[in-house]
Amino acid sequence: MNTVYSLCGMCATRCPIAIQVDNGRVSWIEGNAHDPSIGHSLCARGGAGLALLADEERPQQPMIRTGPRGSGQWRAVSWDEALDHVATGLKAVIAEHGGRGIALSDRGGPFTDLTRSFLQALGSPNYFDHDVSCGRNAHHATRSLFGRGRTELTYDLRNARHIVLYGRNLVEALQVAEVKDFMAALSGGARCTYIDPRASLTACKATRWWRIRPNADYALNLAILHEVLRRELYDKDFVARWVTGLDYVAEAVRDTTPEWQEPHTGILAAELYTFIDEIAEAAPRVIFHAGWMTARHRQSFYVSRTAHILNVLMGAIEVPGGVVLAKSPADLGRQGLRKLSARLPPVQEPRVDGAGTTLPHMDPGAGLLHRLFEALETGKPYPVGAYIAYRHDPLTALPDPPAVQRAMEKLSLLVAIDINWSETAWQADVVLPEATYLERANLLGMKDGARPAVVMRDQAVPPRFDTRPAWWIFGQLARRLGIDALSFDRIEDLWAYQLESTGITIDELRRTGIVFLADKAMLFDRESLRFPTPSGKIEFRSTVLESAGLPSLAPFQALAPLEEPDQFRLLFGRTAVHTHGQTMNNPLLHDLRGDNPLWIHPERAAALGISDGDPVEISGGDHVATTTVQVTPWIHPEAVFLLHGYGRTVPLQTRACGKGVADQRFLGGMLGAFDPAGGGNTMTEACVRVRRLRP
Amino acid sequence: MSIYILSHDSENCIGCQACEIHCRTNKNLGPGPAPCQILSVGPQERNGQPHLRFVFMPCFHCEDAWCRRACPTGAMRRREADGIVHVDAALCIGCKTCILACPWGAVQWDPVTRKAVKCDYCMDRLDAGLQPACVTKCVTGCLSFDEAAHLPDDRRRRHAEAVAARESEA
Repeated sequence: MNTVYSLCGMCATRCPIAIQVDNGRVSWIEGNAHDPSIGHSLCARGGAGLALLADEERPQQPMIRTGPRGSGQWRAVSWDEALDHVATGLKAVIAEHGGRGIALSDRGGPFTDLTRSFLQALGSPNYFDHDVSCGRNAHHATRSLFGRGRTELTYDLRNARHIVLYGRNLVEALQVAEVKDFMAALSGGARCTYIDPRASLTACKATRWWRIRPNADYALNLAILHEVLRRELYDKDFVARWVTGLDYVAEAVRDTTPEWQEPHTGILAAELYTFIDEIAEAAPRVIFHAGWMTARHRQSFYVSRTAHILNVLMGAIEVPGGVVLAKSPADLGRQGLRKLSARLPPVQEPRVDGAGTTLPHMDPGAGLLHRLFEALETGKPYPVGAYIAYRHDPLTALPDPPAVQRAMEKLSLLVAIDINWSETAWQADVVLPEATYLERANLLGMKDGARPAVVMRDQAVPPRFDTRPAWWIFGQLARRLGIDALSFDRIEDLWAYQLESTGITIDELRRTGIVFLADKAMLFDRESLRFPTPSGKIEFRSTVLESAGLPSLAPFQALAPLEEPDQFRLLFGRTAVHTHGQTMNNPLLHDLRGDNPLWIHPERAAALGISDGDPVEISGGDHVATTTVQVTPWIHPEAVFLLHGYGRTVPLQTRACGKGVADQRFLGGMLGAFDPAGGGNTMTEACVRVRRLRP
Repeated sequence: MSIYILSHDSENCIGCQACEIHCRTNKNLGPGPAPCQILSVGPQERNGQPHLRFVFMPCFHCEDAWCRRACPTGAMRRREADGIVHVDAALCIGCKTCILACPWGAVQWDPVTRKAVKCDYCMDRLDAGLQPACVTKCVTGCLSFDEAAHLPDDRRRRHAEAVAARESEA
């Protein structure tokens, strides 16, 4: 028996794991205790990696489509044939549209050097991640204030005294280290105020749940800001040293009193006064979490932005129990991993989505994926002919799957690289099956944070089927397109390239799976912080936003009320036992949560003659589906709620196919609807109608 | 009863069901049988706030166990040294008498082997000096296992820390 140190692949957290291998079989997986923030802990999804490995309902060899898209007619082919086929298709697109005619999306993370470099090698600027349906608003809000991206700031939850969460469902997002810190803080007496129209499991652990009206959280923050400034409850030294635009904010929130927000949010002004006393007492060990999945409504960007403004006012920047800046290898006097992209010439073409050019406030690094589909439909600003979806499923992630599918019809080549039969893979021209995380190695990654580390995903067992690792797949494709810079014969050769001048060896990583670049979490001296904004300060008044014609703080815009008795805002969320749409067919996880009843408030249900467990019809955006209801007082009466990821349609996923309903299908017409300042889709603005089905 | 105590701290539990999966994978079980289970009751209102009570249900390892008395073949056994009640799969004929006999529903049916399966505190792991699978990998550390005489009580420690925190704030 031997132990292989690696990274979990059941969700995008990538917790360090230790895998025991017995006669070529994985016998046990646990947390890698070399990372003290994890210990031996592993969540349900991580445990169910064994069931993923054993599952036969995943693509087992490369497939080329023979019937119409989505017909399920495939021809199993060799890797040589599949790669030749894709390379031929890519060459044809390059010949017709240039390299920029190729787009790729993945789900971000520490390994994107590979996919970004692949596009760079082809001369395409069109790398996208999934973030418009996730954290893009929080990312841009963070950048507008600090000049740093969302993941370049971390939260010291463990040492906080008051944690404020805007639907950030920490407990069910379940990142092991984060949950451990959160629960440790609560055990130690920290308060948590959780703000969400629905009581998630996090609400059940919080000291205060505010059942806010859907999409009204920005009004709440404007009122909190009003009170904090009126009562001068802010860290004046820190603000004087580091902030520009305090007067601007004071003017913007002059009239947004706790009483003003009451009808918008449904939260009593008196409760706000108590809350403000509490945070003033707990400062600076206060965290206003700027959110993760913030693709909610058209002002979600400003929710994240005001949350961070409150962190700054509390003086909760670069202090224990507050917001801590991530440290780069250079901050620690170290060299980071060498990038593959360093071997390639830069790309000069503008992005097809306008990020960084016509939309100067949008980060061109990962762009705005919904605008790719708009470009596919219109052919403007230029045509894109090929799209590679790598471990990303836009037909599950984005609003209005039929609109995504219509745009995909314009492509001459659609390739899915995945371990699963995703909804997108089922529509693809070619499926290139990646080996699961237990059967493959990845390029090395950096784990960012206050104590950064180099992490290794190593292969534990040989692939059960004819599947391959991504580094090999992209390297082989690149070679067929005449690019040698990305092809390595062995993963060790790639690792050696990355590690050059880091002072870290492959053997060292294999012994522990993780090599920290510092002995402990590090705090900068607060007198010598660096913020890469135009002014070098924290910009309450943002130069970047205002030069793009957007206000640094917009006035609150209430959505039109829903007045019909059967109308609801459709909210969605997640459970700790599934990862979005990716694990619904996992035998063990499907057994824990196989479908997703619709949550509805008892008063609204009674008015519609609906009882707990009744079958109902949900309609919205030209989509109609049936499910059962869960009548619960723990949701705002104006909203209904679904767990996301259900309603799979691929028949080869026999367990998940047809189980539950897919929330994104009710968002018809909303693929191109996004927060103009943050870029994220507006996925909680959708309205649905609910009616009881008579048996 | 067994000399062990497997204690569960509901306040520190998040109901993530990791324990259930780790138990199943350690026993090579597929969908269906759950030798341990976290049951969520609620949310119920506590001071106007939602509160979920989590109850962890493995097996009590009874002294004179109903399942063992009911078993017609002697497959349901009790290890004398420490009192663990466990299934000897070689003797189990899958008659389900034990499943019917247990007042708490602890004994489970494995549709693959067509035999009874239940919590045995991962006795193979205990014998190797390790902890049960559920405890080893618990996300928050709300599960703990030891000989009953040795178990440190997290509830006492947490209470003491909360008292100290209140005093230092005051």
